[in-house]
Amino acid sequence: MAGTAVLGRLTWLVAEVVETRSETPHVRTLVLDVAGWQDHRAGQHVDVRLTAEDGYQAERSYSLASPPGEPPAITVERLDDGEVSPYLVDVAEAGDRFELRGPIGGYFVWEPDGSTDPLFLVAGGSGVVPLMAMIRRRAAAGSDVPATLLCSSRRFEDVIYREELDQLAARGDGLEVVQTLTRAQPPGWAGYSRRVDVELLREVAPAPDQSPRVFVCGPTSFVEAVAEGLVSLGHRPGRIRTERFGGG
Amino acid sequence: MIRLDGNSIAGTLAELFGGEMTEAQGICGGCGAENFVGALHVYRAAGIVVRCPSCDNVLMRIVEAPGRTWVDLQGVTTLQVSR
Repeated sequence: MAGTAVLGRLTWLVAEVVETRSETPHVRTLVLDVAGWQDHRAGQHVDVRLTAEDGYQAERSYSLASPPGEPPAITVERLDDGEVSPYLVDVAEAGDRFELRGPIGGYFVWEPDGSTDPLFLVAGGSGVVPLMAMIRRRAAAGSDVPATLLCSSRRFEDVIYREELDQLAARGDGLEVVQTLTRAQPPGWAGYSRRVDVELLREVAPAPDQSPRVFVCGPTSFVEAVAEGLVSLGHRPGRIRTERFGGG
Repeated sequence: MIRLDGNSIAGTLAELFGGEMTEAQGICGGCGAENFVGALHVYRAAGIVVRCPSCDNVLMRIVEAPGRTWVDLQGVTTLQVSR
């Protein structure tokens, strides 16, 4: 039945860009206004569909960066050979519209639920986006669950949300942010300067006997190396939730 | 081919099954391993192939075409959905 939305059923909606925010030279956040949007959970994503004049359609998934209760916002990294991300990062402006369905997902989701088990969040590049939604959710809820975010980026200027993360970590409510830069480091860099390996995980992750809840998001090779490294350190596989992303 | 996971087909599965499926638990017909759908291995080409992360058995094959979707669930013994 055209025009009849079944409650709770996933359908394509029209998203309008309200605001854009440059995060890094290759990454932009788009705040969206979506008629019929149902509030999301931290860690969920949306599918975006673009349709060309000849009818050709391209569809990609993007994690929601905003916490529940706020308008949906996606943070997108431009992949130069992508079909969707160059439009979202370089072209789209306030007032533009595209199709979107969501919120989607439930496996890679965190909610403050009274548990005091520490959170360990590990991001490879733009894998930080769904983890940022969790961190913003944690802050908005006033949660003091110990949380550690380990972010791996190539260079200092590629660190997404850097200033906001610094500010949130400075609140002293149990959030620690650890950065590693794998390609190049600015003079006086105090963070890590290498890829995330088992030794780095041993230094940064909560001990396995604290039974941390772990969320890892990034490119496939990054996610699998981190998950395997954590298991080798004695973390239970069942406590580790992963989300891999491909191109787009 | 890049290996993804069940999260990447959450939208397709939600459309097919009428609800969130990544938190559903599937039992592999090959090895009996029980895994969350979100943790299953996913490969995308002309269609979607879902494999068991424990034994690599093919659990699902999904082909989307204009106006129809074809689904093969032969490799899955059961799917348990919490409601």
